[in-house]
Amino acid sequence: MNVPGDLKYTKEHEWVKVEGAVATIGITDWAQGELGDIVFVELPDVGAEVEQMGPFGTIEAVKAVSELFSPVSGTVTETNTALEDDPMVVNRDPYGDGWMIKIDLADASQLEQLLDASGYKTLTDEA
Amino acid sequence: MSDSIAQAIKTPFYQYHVDAGARMVEFAGYIMPIQYTGITAEHNAVRDNVGLFDLSHMGEFDVRGADALAFLQKTTTNNVAALQPGQIQYNCMTYPDGGIVDDLLVYCLGENAYLLVVNASNLQKDFDWLSGHLTGDVKLTNSSYGIGLLAIQGPNAVKVMRELTDYDLDAMAYYTHATAKVGGVEVLFSRTGYTGEDGFEIYIPNEQCPALWKAVSSAGANHGMELIGLGARDTLRLEMKMALYGNDIDQTTSPVEAGLSWIVDFDKEFIGKDVLVQQKADKPRRRLVCLEMEGRVVPRHGFEIYDGDAVVGQVTSGTFSPSLQIPVALGYVARAQARTGTALEVMVRNKKFPAVVVKPPFYKNASHK
Repeated sequence: MNVPGDLKYTKEHEWVKVEGAVATIGITDWAQGELGDIVFVELPDVGAEVEQMGPFGTIEAVKAVSELFSPVSGTVTETNTALEDDPMVVNRDPYGDGWMIKIDLADASQLEQLLDASGYKTLTDEA
Repeated sequence: MSDSIAQAIKTPFYQYHVDAGARMVEFAGYIMPIQYTGITAEHNAVRDNVGLFDLSHMGEFDVRGADALAFLQKTTTNNVAALQPGQIQYNCMTYPDGGIVDDLLVYCLGENAYLLVVNASNLQKDFDWLSGHLTGDVKLTNSSYGIGLLAIQGPNAVKVMRELTDYDLDAMAYYTHATAKVGGVEVLFSRTGYTGEDGFEIYIPNEQCPALWKAVSSAGANHGMELIGLGARDTLRLEMKMALYGNDIDQTTSPVEAGLSWIVDFDKEFIGKDVLVQQKADKPRRRLVCLEMEGRVVPRHGFEIYDGDAVVGQVTSGTFSPSLQIPVALGYVARAQARTGTALEVMVRNKKFPAVVVKPPFYKNASHK
């Protein structure tokens, strides 16, 4: 299982990558593997406000549905519209082309409440 | 690993699944592969080419004795007397109130000799039910734990089978069985399946399972055969409107409501007959229908079906159809809404999405329907 070292993670299996004030968010390799083939990703509109650990969308796999939780608070500036036609890109490339939303980070200190790569790996090893 | 998985029964093919990288889950007391590479790819492999399933969790009962036929006529809805040796019949057992005990296959092995293939989730319940109705000279044996079951399914299944046996497969009709050498092992096998595609199911004594797995895998490798888990088994059967016990049919639904009147012989005597005859005469108050939806939401078991503001039924099975690339569902709706073309809605996460009643099956290009 792939857990990149430069990302932060939630216990709900989302990742966030911060570049300046832009936070890019998606789900982890472990999460996509557990869900299986993804058929639909419902994302918020650009301009929507999301709260840290508040729901920002829904992900439907063939076998199960799951809510998506935002690692940090902020305003949605961009969503990955490519997922509308090809949601399985999340299965193939969860940390790259399978990203879901970008948000304008409201409070960088929230990152301290998230797991680092080793903490997340420990979590999934126990799951 | 959870306790339920730790206590689950391993099939004779367990280690092969683990070695192939399968995701294993507990199902009906067995630890089974839910998927190998992914449900969609596995589904497509069966629709387009050929796939191999381990179905060893299924239950097998042997029924023999001078009164075996009379016993099965009484306990099942279809006309077992119509079966010749070598033939197979889809059938079900009903309670006195018309609810379904289980659906099953009946293999006629010879005069007053039958093999019943039942759902794993109902194995003990079925055995107890049948045991409670034994009369006369009938010996009922649960042989489930000594038998492994492999299914080879897909339009090219026959090509794999041809490499495994000298038996004349061209002369073997759908829903018939034979006993012959397959992969060097003398086995009972049938031209049957739960996918809509052409295919074969092979019943193998446990001790012969490793040898047969190797033979089947080797023959399959020449034809690009893929391993298929229970996830794709579910999407394949759902696209064909094949009922799944526990989802689409159960003790609260009758075969008449489920669209299974074709496996009910209303001219013979059986447990539950009176209720079914009445339902047929009155027309059932609800029916199991096929619903097609748009977009990419996924209807799931238990979601409510609406006609305007009124709840008219519930989804019993639903998925995003890999073949059709649309959401599809089975569900019971009131008779007034069951007509083909009726526009309804399914509630998904507090939002209603359009659904239309369509004729079964969803997938119409299967190699066997």
